[in-house]
Amino acid sequence: MRDLTDAFVELIRRSSTDLPPDVERALQTARGVEVDGSAAQGALDTILENVALARENSTPICQDTGTPIFYVYHPEGWSTRKLREQIRAATAEATEKAYLRPNAVDSLTGENSGDNLGGDAFPTIHFEEVDGDELIVDLMLKGGGCENVGAQYSLPNTELGAGRDMQGVRKVVLDAVHKAQGKGCAPGILGVAIGGDRGSSYYGSKETLFRSLEESNPDPELAAFEEQLTQEANQLEIGPMGFGGETTVLGVKVKNMHRLPASYYVSVSYMCWAYRRRRMVVRGDETIIE
Amino acid sequence: MTKLTLPIPDDDIHALQVGDPVSLSGIIITGRDAVHKWMIDTFIKQTRKPQGDDEAVYAAIKPILDGGAIYHCGPVVSGLDTGEYAFVAAGPTTSIREEPYQGDVMRHFNMKAVIGKGGMGDKTLAACGEVPGVYLHAIGGAASLIAQSVKQVRDVLKLDFGVPEAMWVIEVQDFPAVVTMDSHGGSLHAVVKEHSTKILHELLEA
Repeated sequence: MRDLTDAFVELIRRSSTDLPPDVERALQTARGVEVDGSAAQGALDTILENVALARENSTPICQDTGTPIFYVYHPEGWSTRKLREQIRAATAEATEKAYLRPNAVDSLTGENSGDNLGGDAFPTIHFEEVDGDELIVDLMLKGGGCENVGAQYSLPNTELGAGRDMQGVRKVVLDAVHKAQGKGCAPGILGVAIGGDRGSSYYGSKETLFRSLEESNPDPELAAFEEQLTQEANQLEIGPMGFGGETTVLGVKVKNMHRLPASYYVSVSYMCWAYRRRRMVVRGDETIIE
Repeated sequence: MTKLTLPIPDDDIHALQVGDPVSLSGIIITGRDAVHKWMIDTFIKQTRKPQGDDEAVYAAIKPILDGGAIYHCGPVVSGLDTGEYAFVAAGPTTSIREEPYQGDVMRHFNMKAVIGKGGMGDKTLAACGEVPGVYLHAIGGAASLIAQSVKQVRDVLKLDFGVPEAMWVIEVQDFPAVVTMDSHGGSLHAVVKEHSTKILHELLEA
């Protein structure tokens, strides 16, 4: 089996320093929508300037390089044990190279491990065996500011008048955006999972964030719902950084999951504008970072 | 653009209004969750006895914070192995977590400016009126850009809190921010929240 440690370091570097093109285009569009000379537009100008600078200098877009979340889709025959070792070695190396901030803190002692390795769950690595002969690795760096404003609702929710239907889902999602205000580094991107249990629902809400902002949901009903939620969230006029303005979210991604008859969870993962995610594809001897 | 130099005189603070863009120069200190808790427990409420280098660190930061600024930031720093530190990425972290502590910290140290993101609440706003002080909003996530305004790392204190949580004593030049809470009771965050709450209720009833 090939040693992919260096490729993983490069995947981390690109994720941390080079914002994906779909996100940058969405930020540029948002800049054009804001009122000239407004604080909202000023914030987006600074954001876009920073994106270009980070790419040019190969330095982190945001100092909170977050939880590294890896999804590895491997064909039959790869050793997930070895891949895990290589990902962990690459994470430590990327930290040493200052592509990542040391972020793994022991919850009991408060001690920072210094190399982004902490127990089995930091970084987060998911493995799934797939058909075909390509190894695909998706990485997202999700910072703490936006993670803290994520929310999970159990429907019905009396306070919001939210029942177990799409109207109810709509209400709790808008409530989550309102509660977040600018604290999750708006304009954000929402990953929403409907259904699942508490654990799978939150995972689902993160997994849906790997979809491109420019790709609409294959389910026409959910595609329309995503569009509606984006428009209505932006009517709140929280704006970039919470300064007030037209752009509160850049997009919404919804995932439908089966649930128990007794449960109806809606999980909202808020991703900041620094929407750092990259995909690496290993095909034979070739390694491509998309 | 208003230029501010540390330490900031009261007149300069009073002249600032919500919405004013500022550029800040001088020596500031980073401090976030662990630092605020340490300040309150050890020196302000004194529920914990000073130990180790606590007294020495307190003596070192006191003159810098008098008329000075604290920056809610956990930076990416290079040169950790050599001690030749440089800021690589240094945007603000979410300030609201320090809301229980910030007002008392401002009063205790006569601190004039709190730099962060996302805004703070009524307790901090009250302290801005009394000290007087301001809340300066930096652009969240603009870490590479902001790091360029950090000219020198003068010192690091409490590195045992970890790199993000340590107190980094830094010299900044033309650090860009916007006043979102002023010494006259004004808060952009309160205004945006009230406005968005009204719209939310309309949307929920629709």
